[in-house]
Amino acid sequence: MMKWNRKDLLGIQELSREEILFILDTAESFKEISRREIKKVPTLRGKTVITLFYEPSTRTRTSFEIAAKRLSADTINISANTSSYVKGETLKDTAKNLESMRPDAIVIRHSMPGAPHMLSKIVDASVINGGDGTHEHPTQALLDLYTIREKKGTIDGLKVVIIGDISHSRVARSNIFSLTKFNTEIVCSGPPTMIPPHLEDLGVRVEYDINRAIKDADVIMMLRIQKERGGISYIPSIKEYSTIYGLKKEHVEKAKKDVIIMHPGPMNRGIEITDEVADGPYSVILDQVENGVAVRMAILFLLIGGET
Amino acid sequence: MSNKTLLDSKALQRTINRITHEIIEKNHGSRNLSLIGIRTRGIYLAKRIQKNIKKIDKVELPLGILDITMYRDDISKLKTAEIKKTEIPFDVNNKIIILIDDVMHTGRTTRAAIDAIMDLGRPKKIQLAVLVDRGDRELPIHPDYAGLSYTANPEEEVLVKLKEVDGRDEVIIVGA
Repeated sequence: MMKWNRKDLLGIQELSREEILFILDTAESFKEISRREIKKVPTLRGKTVITLFYEPSTRTRTSFEIAAKRLSADTINISANTSSYVKGETLKDTAKNLESMRPDAIVIRHSMPGAPHMLSKIVDASVINGGDGTHEHPTQALLDLYTIREKKGTIDGLKVVIIGDISHSRVARSNIFSLTKFNTEIVCSGPPTMIPPHLEDLGVRVEYDINRAIKDADVIMMLRIQKERGGISYIPSIKEYSTIYGLKKEHVEKAKKDVIIMHPGPMNRGIEITDEVADGPYSVILDQVENGVAVRMAILFLLIGGET
Repeated sequence: MSNKTLLDSKALQRTINRITHEIIEKNHGSRNLSLIGIRTRGIYLAKRIQKNIKKIDKVELPLGILDITMYRDDISKLKTAEIKKTEIPFDVNNKIIILIDDVMHTGRTTRAAIDAIMDLGRPKKIQLAVLVDRGDRELPIHPDYAGLSYTANPEEEVLVKLKEVDGRDEVIIVGA
């Protein structure tokens, strides 16, 4: 039996293949709860989960809150614009104050890479990285991997193509970290200005031509332009970007017949993906969202369910 | 440390046969019955009872698998709890549920199982069948069908071995 010894989930990079598979297996057991009439089990009764979001979020925060509630934990949401952050309180002071209220887990999203890591050193509660700047978004990568395994039956042997603003995407980074732990072929595509130098060192291939990148792909992951991180200044125009790198039906036909199309959301329809593809038969975008709840239930359970 | 055999292969199968007949007798047939086995060995006992009833009554009863980990009362004290799938492929509402486990001891597993089933709906009745009742209850719960009762010492371990998982059928006492 696998031993789970981590207090925090800060990134994918430090997880082993076995730990990742253990999270996915645990998530499988939780998925069924969300389809019940009474969507609640008593597993985390009496535990408190705080979501501390310094950046906007719909999916991730709601997903964590629903996951915690379905396990009977109590949840409290704090977002930057309604917190003492606007009065000038530092993250460290906020964390220390929250710690005094004895939460069991803190989910943090912050624009500074490493913010969750700093937090984990100053609080006893389990810290979960809900996205730190352009660094990592581990729960997104785990739910992506869960969805791939669910749809394909395996992760090994697949060709996965990631298209878009790789430079600014924490989703891309976490997915590269997770997929390279499996026997996969990873191809990144996008405008040269959005592909960081030495990306190959992470174990991926770069292919600027989207048609060549997509050929025989099992999985296509689309990314959005990160406007909040200045993404737009890396391309001549949105129109040109969508013409060359927006995913359209004719691209999908170059991939394998049973390709799946993924997107972490939020989508900018008409820019990186057309309606036809986003709502088409190969899209698993809403499955990703459903699986996100099960994966986050598994993570909360593993981090705060047992003795720490 | 010595091992004592409580039931050998033949006696074990006879005991399961008897439990099957008692279930049918008590419920005046097998109508409206559904079986739920508690992981891990309860599943295989449930499958054998299902097979027996099919032979006797020519009906295949619905069978579910229950993992009670999410409902344990000591979950925060466990180092690592491995959660496996619960698969109840039928509606429990208004059914007579026969809950099946290998060994009954403190009653805490049964409590967790009852809570788990109640979260899925409102069965008409829940009855409990166990292969061995080793006594020493910590909750006011008792089996409706017990293959055999054996008052074990706290140091003793009652082990049910089944062909499907252990390669052979027997019930043994370890550390007697």
